[in-house]
Amino acid sequence: MISTDRLYSVKSYKADELPLDRREILRYAGTLESTPEADGLLSEVLSEILPLLTYRVCFREFELVLTGDYIDLGFATLRSRSLARHLRGCDSAVLFGATIGIEPDRLMNRYARLSPAKALLLQAVGAERIEAVAEAFSAELSEIMKKEGKTVKTRFSPGYGDLPLEVQKDIFELLSLPKNIGLTLTESCLMSPTKSVTAIIGIS
Amino acid sequence: MKITEYLKNHLLYLDGGTGTLLQEAGLRPGEPSENWNLTHPDKVTAIHKAYFDAGSNLVNANTFGVNALKYRDDATLEALISAGIENVKKARDLCTGTQEKWVSYDVGPLGRLLRPFGDLDFEDAVAIFAKGMKIAAKCGADVVFIETMNDSYETKAALLAAKEACELPVFVSNAYGEDGKMMTGASPAAMVAMLEGLGADAIGLNCSFGPEALSGVAEEYLAASSIPVLFKPNAGLPRVENGRTVFDCLPDEFSKEVRALAEKGVRAVGGCCGTTPDYIRAVVEATKDVVPYPITEKSTTVVSSYTHAVAFGDRPVRIGERINPTGKKKFKEALKVGDIGYILREGIAQKEKGADILDVNVGLPEIDEISMLKSAVTELQAVLDTPLQIDTADPCAMETALRLYNGKPMINSVNGKKESMDAVFPLAKKYGGVIVALTLDENGIPETAKGRLTIAKKILREAEKFGIKKKDIVFDPLALTVSADDRAGIETLKAVKSIRTELGCHTSLGVSNVSFGLPARDAVNSTFFAMALSAGLSAAILNPYSADMTKVYAAYLAINGQDTGCAEYIRTMEALAEEIPSAPAAPAAANKPKTAQEAGSELENAVIRGLKNVAAEKTRELLLSKDPLSVVNGEIIPALDKVGKGFEEKTVYLPSLLMCAEAAGAAFEVIKSVMTKRDASAKCPFVLATVKGDIHDIGKNIVRLLLENYGFAVHDLGRDVEPERIVDEVLRTASPLCGLSALMTTTVGAMEETIRLLRKKAPTCKIVVGGAVLNKDYAEAIGADKYAKDAMETVRYAEEIYAELKK
Repeated sequence: MISTDRLYSVKSYKADELPLDRREILRYAGTLESTPEADGLLSEVLSEILPLLTYRVCFREFELVLTGDYIDLGFATLRSRSLARHLRGCDSAVLFGATIGIEPDRLMNRYARLSPAKALLLQAVGAERIEAVAEAFSAELSEIMKKEGKTVKTRFSPGYGDLPLEVQKDIFELLSLPKNIGLTLTESCLMSPTKSVTAIIGIS
Repeated sequence: MKITEYLKNHLLYLDGGTGTLLQEAGLRPGEPSENWNLTHPDKVTAIHKAYFDAGSNLVNANTFGVNALKYRDDATLEALISAGIENVKKARDLCTGTQEKWVSYDVGPLGRLLRPFGDLDFEDAVAIFAKGMKIAAKCGADVVFIETMNDSYETKAALLAAKEACELPVFVSNAYGEDGKMMTGASPAAMVAMLEGLGADAIGLNCSFGPEALSGVAEEYLAASSIPVLFKPNAGLPRVENGRTVFDCLPDEFSKEVRALAEKGVRAVGGCCGTTPDYIRAVVEATKDVVPYPITEKSTTVVSSYTHAVAFGDRPVRIGERINPTGKKKFKEALKVGDIGYILREGIAQKEKGADILDVNVGLPEIDEISMLKSAVTELQAVLDTPLQIDTADPCAMETALRLYNGKPMINSVNGKKESMDAVFPLAKKYGGVIVALTLDENGIPETAKGRLTIAKKILREAEKFGIKKKDIVFDPLALTVSADDRAGIETLKAVKSIRTELGCHTSLGVSNVSFGLPARDAVNSTFFAMALSAGLSAAILNPYSADMTKVYAAYLAINGQDTGCAEYIRTMEALAEEIPSAPAAPAAANKPKTAQEAGSELENAVIRGLKNVAAEKTRELLLSKDPLSVVNGEIIPALDKVGKGFEEKTVYLPSLLMCAEAAGAAFEVIKSVMTKRDASAKCPFVLATVKGDIHDIGKNIVRLLLENYGFAVHDLGRDVEPERIVDEVLRTASPLCGLSALMTTTVGAMEETIRLLRKKAPTCKIVVGGAVLNKDYAEAIGADKYAKDAMETVRYAEEIYAELKK
């Protein structure tokens, strides 16, 4: 079978394309109401980490055939009831991987012993940043598809519903994520750098 | 002809991309392309031949994705590599072109990140690479071509493996991002330093972008490298056109850009993703009249970390001396109990004070220096990008550290004794590094500068025999104490000067030795430092916390024309001025003396608000009038309890809880410094770990901080910890409590296994578990004694168990 995949590319976002949401960061850190002290510490953490971040995405589009709980992507067949339900009505899907790089992990490692409060905030900044990248990419994809008269579904990641984490192995191989954006998988299917996302977006 | 000989006088043509060509020939997405070495050898050979026909001298086998990690079965591994190399050989023999032709074994990244950020051990990576390289050498490859590496540490593992596995020339090519750095942060200068040090035969870059976007990185290579530089860019950037991915840089433009770089000195050229034989043909045509640019030896002395290079000669280099147990009681204690945290804090603090390089010495007679140096280097380079100076007298410890170091280190030290040179030079030759050479030999330290210069010359002659370059030796002409010999200072300064001017070598001094036995040592040290700088000293091993040294350094740069507008001088002095109020010696008498009662409530308040510096300051004040235990029990613990209770009642949130815990920690540090051993005894040991396979440990670290605050002796084993190690530590410390964390469903299995093993070997130990995927029922199902939903609950449980134990 000859591949009919269309989009396949790597792109980087600039920091100013991804506005920062401090409230969201504090929410990730487990805070509903901030204190002036926590705010001060957050500013310190931001000035340290933001200049070090890179925002990279690798994505690729595949034809899709759904048969019951089976999702045939041409290169591999996945079995997942929740993903099959999510992708109902789609005839193609975009797989993507995104990462903000290894620096958050380095700094979290540094502050693990020195200042767990900073490590916690770094973790929260990382979570907010990677989410911002994934959202920016989804929005951009939605724009591209809209021009072609298509709509995109919300993103769905390995580990959601009954889609096993092991699917990561296929996604990483298929998108060459280590080579393309420096994103790797450990033996137990965890992503490194940790501040990373992979997902599938259905297109109909 | 040998390819390394050929490179001396020719421009070498490499091949281009194969992925797209294989897909055009019918390879499906997701199908491993190396399978085609066996299933479609003719099609693969045809692609190789097209490159030879286009003029390539060196063609890579289709083995980029073949490694012993992916193919664990030896027979398959061997079959794929041997067929891959055979296909290139066949293409070489079929091609009628008259150019010189070679076959290379292509080595790509393993796709896994090395520890500590991934889960692959450095030595395992070396072994995995070596396995494929041995097969390739046996199959008749001419070159090992390591390419598209985007992590410096993995690159080192691959190059080291190649040097140990075979005798073949090794080419090393890295992938750079749009910021001109590798994905894990290395700059071109840092890579050049490390790879030259390890003995690569050609180095350079490939993939990522088109030739124009990468030309800056290539020029950085050319500026720093003393060996041939290779260049294999993509055909520009991929973009989508009519539903297909196309590259935007066509052969004509591509070859022009490549030519421009060949004229500047690049010696091996080819292409990566999106390039085809047409690109190579265009490059060959465009560069046929380019006269190969001579490769020149660069004389700069450079060390590097995994991010950047530090060069000698421009500004004096400051080497932090604090990671050394000599004369430091607290450090010795920390080493005896294996407290790596102490070393990390010293490292980070010195960097913050401006140290350019950190000396690392962990030698103590009563500890296992090899394993301690190994952990110190591993942990320091996980959190700090400062290059390290490996300081040990034990050649085994030295080799262990040099292998693991992610960069080109300083090596401290060699001296003029034959035994010393025979031990250190082979290690420096194999692993690379800048060696500190002490000007002493079998007859001791010569009194005169002339005598020391003679030894320096002898050391240089001997180093040359081992193939070590002059630029990789920095002399330490030894600062001796002026109180014992009033000529000592003068002779050392004379030696600094003559080594610099007569030998053209750099110097480094441990300046503080000069003042030994004298009062007000800082005055002598800083004056000597200033005099040595003016005599041409390139580096100094010093105490970065010393305000006097910092001032001299800043003033020297300003006077020496190395600080535009004296901006750095002003900044340094302002920073020093800010520090003074919080210094321990600051007179509290300037303000109205506070009553113990006032400072007490202030301390409690500072801890509650999470103000570290204030908490430490107030503790010092309180200790003037109260005993340590009553400060702990009367001020710090109540503050912690208040905030902890607020957290449980959800009126205080996690960041504030942690800031409070850190402020309490700062107060405890002050308390510890005045407490006697008996007072300081902890409640009981508590072994803590994130289980095997899991690298998320933020939660575990929060638990550790709070447990420490509440007086438990926490033995934190870190993350990704084998069950056996956890059990061993529980047994070793006779710990009644063990805490395990796991974040992912995929690692709960490892937690269960750990619990099973603990039950067998340490049945009385209570096990508390936590982590995002766990809950009470799940914890019970895997056999834990307790599920704790957060750090406070862990503390409460630990207190409960401790109370029962005391009964």
